[in-house]
Amino acid sequence: MPERNFTIPIGPQHPALKEPESFNVTLQGEKIVGMNVRLGYNHRGIEKACEERTFVQDVYLIERVCGICSHSHSTCFVQAVEEIAGLEVPKRGLYIRTLVAELERVHSHLLWLGVAGHEIGFDTLLMYTWRDREVVMDLLALLTGNRVHYGMNTIGGVRRDITAEQIPQILAAVDTLEERTKYYAQVATQEMTIIKRLSGVGVLSHEDAKHLGAVGPTARASAVDRDVRRDDPYAAYGALSFNVVTDNHNDVYGRTLVRVGELMEAYKLIRQIVANLPGGPIAVKAPRKIPAGEALSRYEAPRGEDIHYVRANGTDKPERVKIRAPTLANVQVVAHMLKDRYLADLPIVIAAIDPCFSCTDRAIRVRSDVDAMPETMSWPALRAQSIDWYRQQGIDFTQLNRTFMKK
Amino acid sequence: MALLDRIVRWARIKSPWILHFNSGACNACDIEVIAALTPRFDLERFGVLLKGTPRHADVLVCTGPVTRQIKDRLVRIYEQMPEPKFVLAVGTCACSGGVFRGCYNVMDGIDSIIPVSAYIPGCPASPQAIIDGVVKLLAGIDHPETQAAAEESKPAPVEDRPAGKEAVEVTR
Repeated sequence: MPERNFTIPIGPQHPALKEPESFNVTLQGEKIVGMNVRLGYNHRGIEKACEERTFVQDVYLIERVCGICSHSHSTCFVQAVEEIAGLEVPKRGLYIRTLVAELERVHSHLLWLGVAGHEIGFDTLLMYTWRDREVVMDLLALLTGNRVHYGMNTIGGVRRDITAEQIPQILAAVDTLEERTKYYAQVATQEMTIIKRLSGVGVLSHEDAKHLGAVGPTARASAVDRDVRRDDPYAAYGALSFNVVTDNHNDVYGRTLVRVGELMEAYKLIRQIVANLPGGPIAVKAPRKIPAGEALSRYEAPRGEDIHYVRANGTDKPERVKIRAPTLANVQVVAHMLKDRYLADLPIVIAAIDPCFSCTDRAIRVRSDVDAMPETMSWPALRAQSIDWYRQQGIDFTQLNRTFMKK
Repeated sequence: MALLDRIVRWARIKSPWILHFNSGACNACDIEVIAALTPRFDLERFGVLLKGTPRHADVLVCTGPVTRQIKDRLVRIYEQMPEPKFVLAVGTCACSGGVFRGCYNVMDGIDSIIPVSAYIPGCPASPQAIIDGVVKLLAGIDHPETQAAAEESKPAPVEDRPAGKEAVEVTR
């Protein structure tokens, strides 16, 4: 019997996906031969909403682009606004910003490790990492006042200072986390179940990673030595020393090693920040109206390079805000990695880029052959539709048209 | 109340199975829901179990303002759940639309689409708040009088909704 292609829909509600997105997977037997990603279930219209709010309100709105990398988005946005307004953020403000950024990276990577464990059926790892993740969540709650949306950034600096009593608590928590991470590193490098399950899955060669524009740990696991923190230093990263972790396994196993390595680097960074925390003010006063201008800001989020573009027109509201989240750069890579692979690898390969679809769902343009309107409309059809549209608004042009016709 | 009904209700309270559905949230409430299920907060001690399909679930845990694209799917999932079913709106967005209220692509809260049994506010709702909400929901199920009162104050079911407020179409 000849093998027949068949298509299975995955999502928008699926046990393996924590967010609503839909994949139509074409299979030949067990092998994936084609994939169609449909995004947009999470599109809330944040970029447009930013244009209706003031810059200060936007900081908190942009934080809610994504709950996992909220500090990344808000920092990226305020950096762009500070560049337009020509504000010099005090050093202490930059260091605190970097500290929260690294704590966020720790929480995000621990979260990922648990989710990856869950996707390969290793739920013990999920429970372990999420228990240890609470240490960093407590620390974030202590420093910023909230577990998830920190509200730490403001235009011109940060909103909360770090007191002397908090420093020993930070160091104690980092010690606990480092010890636990060493254990995870041991699990990742010695546990045969993990090595066998993740090796050779979701292969992305060095050339493909460069060609498809992969970012973050996904690219670094394919030996692409690229990190915004080192290449284009922002906040306090220029003054700190750290290694960019790369790996040449080119697969999901490599991505696990990169993330565990980045956790260890993050602890190193946190200790350096706490030891070298400069004194002085934490913020400068920002003007309510931002002068006209535009800026592009880059930031190394836990998932990769995050880019924000902001254009101001001299009022207190931005004229345009554009967000390019890291997952958007990585989502093309997923389709490539899954080609000719088994269906059973799909959850872990998707999870391996650490996707965040609420970051990604910016503008949507759905192309479907079945239910969508044709891309181009004929003139009579367009005219008929416009007349109908105005009629629904209560304006009737029929009489008017007739008068014109007579003339 | 018949003995059998009492036994069924007792069993139901001891093992509420939940389905977590992200209806356009920013992931913050979602990670807090997962955090509530993992060892530190351990919602599973109340018999709560996360399931993968609406057909196994008693409680639908929704996070996020409903986006226009997810709306039909939310109704479909709600209708796939067996009776009696309860809906928990987790987070300020799920309760009212939150910061996204008024955005062109959101529907301003779960209760504008399906009836909601309990609201858990917070941005994001902390695991403690989620546990409190679940416990209150279970207490509500335990006392039929409370449930009857809640039943009366419930918004009209989807079909009976007045025509002005965007008719919901279920596509299958």
